[in-house]
Amino acid sequence: MININNLTFGYSRRKILYDNLELELKEGNIYGLLGENGAGKSTLLMLIAGLKRPHYGTVEVGGHYASDASPEFLREVFFIPEEMTFPNISIESYVGVLAPFYPKFDHTAFFEMISEFGLTPDMTLHNMSYGQKKKALISLGLASNTRLLLMDEPTNGLDIPSKSQFRKLVAKYMSDDRVFLISTHQVRDLESLIDPIVIVDSGKVVFNETLDSITEKLLFTTADKVLSEDVIYLEKGIAEDKVVAKNTSGDVSRVNLELLFNAVLSEKTVMVEALSN
Amino acid sequence: MEFTSNKAIYLQIMDLICEKVLKGTWGEGEKIPSVRQLAVELEVNPNTVARSYSSLQDDGIIFNKRGIGYFIAEEASKMVQNVEKSAFMKDDVPTFFKKIQLLGISWNELSELYQQYEQQ
Repeated sequence: MININNLTFGYSRRKILYDNLELELKEGNIYGLLGENGAGKSTLLMLIAGLKRPHYGTVEVGGHYASDASPEFLREVFFIPEEMTFPNISIESYVGVLAPFYPKFDHTAFFEMISEFGLTPDMTLHNMSYGQKKKALISLGLASNTRLLLMDEPTNGLDIPSKSQFRKLVAKYMSDDRVFLISTHQVRDLESLIDPIVIVDSGKVVFNETLDSITEKLLFTTADKVLSEDVIYLEKGIAEDKVVAKNTSGDVSRVNLELLFNAVLSEKTVMVEALSN
Repeated sequence: MEFTSNKAIYLQIMDLICEKVLKGTWGEGEKIPSVRQLAVELEVNPNTVARSYSSLQDDGIIFNKRGIGYFIAEEASKMVQNVEKSAFMKDDVPTFFKKIQLLGISWNELSELYQQYEQQ
């Protein structure tokens, strides 16, 4: 339902960030977007949201093009940026002006969520902490019921209990006709939530795989449990050496996202080859 | 729930449900939480729970009543026992044999120990 075709973008014409990028996202999934600092995760989210215009290529969401910025497109996309700006009004007034842009906005769900996050409708946005603003925005995004919800580092600034609440809310409001795309560095916060995993590096989507297909082909384990010839990537540790190896046993291991990320960035071709076999 | 083991999360969720069946927390014929409810409770992707449920359904441990939800099957605890037994035979027994060979433990020693254990 989201198709990015032939997308080229850079902040200046001479310095291209994304060159000929192709990406397809399917509904009913919570995609995790991983990449190093400066790899372009936030830029990609802004391109998909239509907040930046590509030099070439198209971003299409449910048959509408981001570059048209039509009401039909905008009512189906909600973007939770890392840097938030709000007018200086109460949560209640803000939802009053924002919700009409989203026809499927669920007010009951919204007020439930903010109260679960310990906020009250009369709180003024400028008097709230970064974490509290984030909670308000996450609640708005989930309650908007848009087909596409983009979240840039949503767990940044959330305290420990709120991270758990965040995961519960995402699990609750995810549905078969929505796509969530979450960029993050905090993989441990979201390890049990994100699937498929998309990794961007040097202006390309270098990886876009479901956990199922990853674990079918790859084994996440320790060096003593596999043959050395099957090892693709190894991380030395004092207690044990963690490895990503070819899965010859048929065992289904738990994907260690940090290890996966490091393996993809350092052994790109071998990893892609192992997955395509 | 912390997913600490090295097994895939969907397998750990299956283990969790099987454990509840064996302990009798979830009785045969009893309705269990929906995919969504369990996903929220465990803070995991609903698709992961759906995967666990569909595998458990294939194993005959739970069944789905269309539009109503999932239930623990009759004879589920027997089936869980069978599944666990074959997993034990496949995974734990070979490790055990390897260890007794390595340590030079005889069958007589073991059978004495087992008789003591049974009497307790």
